[in-house]
Formats: sequence, structure tokens, C-alpha cells
Amino acid sequence: MASPASPYPAGSAAFPHRGLVGIAGLASHEIRFLLDEAEQWVRLNRLPQKRDDRLSGLTIINAFFENSTRTLLSFELAGKRLGADVVNMQVAQSSMKKGETLIDTATTLNAMHADAIVIRHHSSGAVQLIADKVDCPVLNAGDGQHEHPTQALLDALTIRTAKGEFNGLAIVICGDLMHSRVARSNILCLAALGAEVRVCAPPSLVPSGIEAMGCTVFTDFDKALDGADVVMMLRLQMERMTGQFIPSPREYRHLYGLTQERLVRAREDALVMHPGPMNRGIEIDSNVADMADRSAIIRQVEMGVAIRMACLDVLTRKVRGTEGWQ
Amino acid sequence: MSVGPPLTVVNGRIVGRSGEPVAGAVRCEDGRIVAVGDVAPQPDDVVYDAKGLIVAPGIVDLAAFAIDKPAFHFGGISRAGLMPDQSPPLDHPARVRFAAQSGKPDFWVHPLAAATRGLEGIELAEFALMCDAGARAIATGRQWIADSGTMLRVLQYAAMLDLVVFCHAEDGGLAGNAVATAGEIATRLGLPAAPPEAEALAIARDVALAEMAGARIHFNKVTTAGGLDLVRAAKDRGLPVTAGVSPAYFMLSDLATADFRTFARLQPPLRSEDDRKAVRRAIADGTIDVISSGHDPRGPEEKRLPFADAAPGMAGAETLLPLTMNLVREEVIDLARAFSLLAAKPAELLGVEAGVLEVGAEADIAVIDRDRPWIVDSREMEASAGNTPFDRQPVQGRAVAVFKGGMRVGVKQAG
Repeated sequence: MASPASPYPAGSAAFPHRGLVGIAGLASHEIRFLLDEAEQWVRLNRLPQKRDDRLSGLTIINAFFENSTRTLLSFELAGKRLGADVVNMQVAQSSMKKGETLIDTATTLNAMHADAIVIRHHSSGAVQLIADKVDCPVLNAGDGQHEHPTQALLDALTIRTAKGEFNGLAIVICGDLMHSRVARSNILCLAALGAEVRVCAPPSLVPSGIEAMGCTVFTDFDKALDGADVVMMLRLQMERMTGQFIPSPREYRHLYGLTQERLVRAREDALVMHPGPMNRGIEIDSNVADMADRSAIIRQVEMGVAIRMACLDVLTRKVRGTEGWQ
Repeated sequence: MSVGPPLTVVNGRIVGRSGEPVAGAVRCEDGRIVAVGDVAPQPDDVVYDAKGLIVAPGIVDLAAFAIDKPAFHFGGISRAGLMPDQSPPLDHPARVRFAAQSGKPDFWVHPLAAATRGLEGIELAEFALMCDAGARAIATGRQWIADSGTMLRVLQYAAMLDLVVFCHAEDGGLAGNAVATAGEIATRLGLPAAPPEAEALAIARDVALAEMAGARIHFNKVTTAGGLDLVRAAKDRGLPVTAGVSPAYFMLSDLATADFRTFARLQPPLRSEDDRKAVRRAIADGTIDVISSGHDPRGPEEKRLPFADAAPGMAGAETLLPLTMNLVREEVIDLARAFSLLAAKPAELLGVEAGVLEVGAEADIAVIDRDRPWIVDSREMEASAGNTPFDRQPVQGRAVAVFKGGMRVGVKQAG
């Protein structure tokens, strides 16, 4: 509930969107609103009794058309901790191809009167397509190479918790920018929040025009790291990469692996992040990933549950009849 | 073939090869034009009063993917070249013969023979036999032939038979599985994208091979500034190179895909705004010879999908004429040149005696109200599917009557 001192417009004007399909289209104050909302859930999740029943009686469907362990678990916990009935639907890609179309699936889900649907799909734009066909809020848990907004929000919350404000922060995102929805959502989110975003990858993995999203492109990781406050590594999808986009994992590590020696170029207190799961010894060395004082990788997972609770809470306020949100 | 009584279209403004349309009539006998200009109908003629509207040659739609008569007739189109990308492909004389008959009597289909068996880009198809069966040209289909040796032999063989080879200009290695043009929009949407240079690379190679082979080559859709520069340079050197385009590429840029609109998923993909302007300049300066619809109706089962999973293509037959008329209204080209792009040049490439209103030509005539306003509505199209990126757009220009071989066809009456 917005207090009198709230910096946000009252009621639903603070977040006037039906769902969360992407960071694109969100104003910076709307992003900040979600981050602030998540703080209460960070606190709750640290208590022995992690339960709030505000979503009691509501049904949330997690429809995952692409394999996922962590994101699915995170959304499931988020829904359950808010008291909702959570159902998971995991659909292998192959059976989708044989069977009904995505639109039919969307219609089916809609007919089951879910109060929110969380979707992950392997094709860019698929979540928007479903969101246009259903009556309830839709949350994007990753669509193809397009967006993964809750990942960007949880990363922003992790950074804010460690560093305070975003203005003046130099944040490096390094890895497969071409195929990464995490990179796209993070660039949009961090640029909107006022950070300096540097992206770094071999030229074969830099998509054309990415600087227009609000970042500076580097191919030399050492230069990108110079004075950085945050270093965010992306997962290298090795099965897709080798020989096509990079010569070999060891060559990749040679140029783009985050090692202790390399990390010295960043600020002394630079935060190390990775969305997981990590390829230890390739994009990130174990002794970096496990640095107790610098690595925020475990913190990211913690923030993930809180962010998803905040999103589910905010997006179901209308159906719950919360004052100011009808 | 049945031939009706003689026909005279009177009170028209006749579109010629150049200049403004002139008042007059067109008289036809036995399916051919016998007089144009200041002629009067004879006693037994069927008389059609054009009431001062434009009388133009029936549009010859050079490279359609589907035969969809109601849509073609709506659009003032009386003939179409049919791309070999059918199921099964037009790579066998019997299939070509069947396709060549499939529109008669009121619509003529000119099959384009597959350059390679199964359009796989490996083995040459039977060009001469397919020609005898009614094929009017050779086409590589939707794809580029990756093997330069194979492509050279296709061109040499076609040159021997004096057939034009219609090429798809997208370098396969660069295009890969791309569904968009590399740039800010594709990157924001996270779509697999290819650089626009994929087109120029393909054109550069194919022009070189065609020159070696002494073959005539036509690029179906040239959509980038770089590709158009190469076509322009080849023409300047006197090579028999021609280029076509579809209205989408001079009307739209990749911005049209911004909401993952699959109706704007085309092949080649929509380009940048700079390339769109380059296409307009190339139409104005004569680098582009043909405007065709690329008609490819696709129903919701193929279009209501995530962008990269949707089939490419648009239903374009109905909007070909009005969108080309935009170029006339904006004074990029004049009316005579519009019908060179829409009819005369495509007929010439197909080697058919049509596409012009001249004595001896086949009596394919479209009576056109060039300024009539209407609104494109994807739900109410004549095409077998309504996949148009121009949905809800107001346009101007409608065919009010179409004659094929001197016989009125069942055109949907405007108004």
C-alpha cells in the first residue's frame, strides 16, 4: 500500500500495465515501483514463516514451453508464498509441434479461469501472442531471444541492494548478446534506471544495432572492465556455439572468461553476477563465482523469488479489488 | 477455346506506352485487339462504356505463389506467372501442363519451371520438356542456389533455350534461418536476422554467372540500396539484367514488424527506411522493371504463430494496383510507366503477347477507376486468406471491369 510519502502515483497509476511482457514499454518509475514492492518480500522470505495469504483463492498457471528448473521453481515458490494455487504445465517442444497451436493452448488456459499466467517459450514474441488472447495478466518468464523481464528486475534489485543508486554505476554485461534475452532485458532495465551499460562479446555474437538500446559495445573485455562497478556474465550455450560463433570454449575463456586476474581491472568492490546456470571454468572461474564478498550469484536467486512475488501481487490487484486498482 | 463476339470498350482514356492516357476506344475480335484509338463499335459488337475511366492493359503479375482467381480479378490482373514453389514443386512437365491450364478460360497462368529438381539446388530440372508443357521461364523459387557451379549450368542451359532465369537474391549462408533484417528492430525483438548485404552478395554472384553464360536474368525482388546499385551497374554495362519488387518494399520498412506482426513477415524480410527510399528511387530511375504482388495467401494456421515460426508472404493481388497508384499520385512515375511495370514488362519477360493495348496483342483489358477510395480489410478480402500488412489502410484505385481475351470476367463490381 502506497504511504503518503510514496514517490509513485496513487493506486494503479503506479503500474498501469495489464501484464509484464517486457521491460520495453516500462517507465523508469514503474521499474522502481516493482523494486520497492519487492523489498517487503525479501524480508518475508528470510523469516521462518514465509507466508502471506493475499493471493488466497487465486489460480496461477506456470506454462513452460521450454525446459526450465530455476525460473519455474522461483515462480512456483513466489505464487505459493502469496497463498495462490499454483499449477505447473511443462510442455516439451516436440509435442507442441505435433499438437495444438499456441493460440489453442492460450484459449484453453483462458477457459480455465487462471488469474495469472506465467509463460516461457522458445520463440520470440510468443508471450505477447498469448497475452493478446487471454483475459488475465500474463508474465513473461522468457520468450526466445526477446525478453526475460523478471530476470532483469531481480538483477536490478540485487545491484541496488549492494550499490544503492544506479546513477554513475558502470555495469558490464559480457557474453552471448546475440542469443540472450537476459542481456536485452537487462540493457533496457539498467539504462532506464540511469546506469552506464557496457556490453561485451566477440563480434560474431553482437547483434546489429544493439547500441540503440542504450549501451556501449566492447569487444575487448579488459577495456570493458576498466573501473566497472558490476560485472554480469552471461551463460555460454556451448552446444550452439562451438565452431559456429566461437572457435572453442577454451578460446572463449581466453578472451572472455571472468578470471581473478581479469577482475582486477574492475573496481575493487565490483559485484560479480551470473543468471545461472554457470559453466564454471568457461565464462566464469570458480574462484570468482564463489568469492564470498564479491559474488552476488546466490543473492540473485534470492531476489528472484521476491521480485516474482512483487509482480504477481501487483498484477493481481485489479482482480482482487485492491483499493485504487480496480 | 471459346471466343465471344467482338468487343469495343468505348469512352475510355487509353493507357499507352508513354505519355498521358488519351481518349478513345479499344476494339477486339477473336480474343485479340484489332483497333485502338478513334474507333467506333461495329453493329454486332458487345459495347462496354468506360465512362471516362482509365482503360489499361490487364495486369500481368509476374511471380505469384498461388493462383487465387477472385483476388487477381479484383486487382485487375488477367495473367500471372506462377512460382515453382508449389506442393509438389513445378519441376516436372506434367505438373507444369496442369498448372498452365488451371486458370482458363478467364485467367491465364504462366508456370515458371523449377530450376532444379525439388527446388533443392542440386540437379537440373527438365527445362525444355517443361517449356513444351507451357513453362514461360525458369525460376530458382524462394531460395538461392548455393552451389555456384549448379547455378552456372542452370544459366547456360536456360540461355540455350532463350529462357529468362528468375532468381531469388539472398545469399544462403548469410540469410541462414533469418526472419528479419539485421538492425535495431530485429535486435530489440530478438529475431534471427541477416544483414541486408545478403542480397547484394547474391546479385553480384548471379550477375557474374549470367554474364559468363550469356543468360538473361531477372531478380524477383530487389529490396536494398546495395542490390539496386549492382542491378543499375549491370544495366549500364548493357547486360540483360532486370529487377522486380513488390509494393511492401516501397511502402513499408522493418518498423512494420515492431509488434511481432506476422502479416509483415515477408521473404526477403522488410528492410530499413533507407532501403525503402532506395527502392522508390530505383522505380523512378528505371532500375526496377517490374512491380508484382508476390501473392501468397496464408491462413491463420500459418500466420497466427510466433513471428519466427510463421510462414513468410502476404496476400498482395488486391493491393498491387492501388499501392502502385500511390507512386503515380506522388509523381514518382507516370501512369504509362506504372503499366509498364505492372503489365508490359512482365509480359515481355514471360514472352507473351499481352501487357499492352496495341493491335495484335491479346485482348486483356482492365478498366480502372484510379482514384476510387477504399479501405483494405483483411477480414473481407477476395483472396483465400487475408494476410495483408496493409489491413485497415485507406487506398485509392480499383479495377471496375476486367476482360480476358475480349471476354468480361467476373470482376467484383466496385460500388
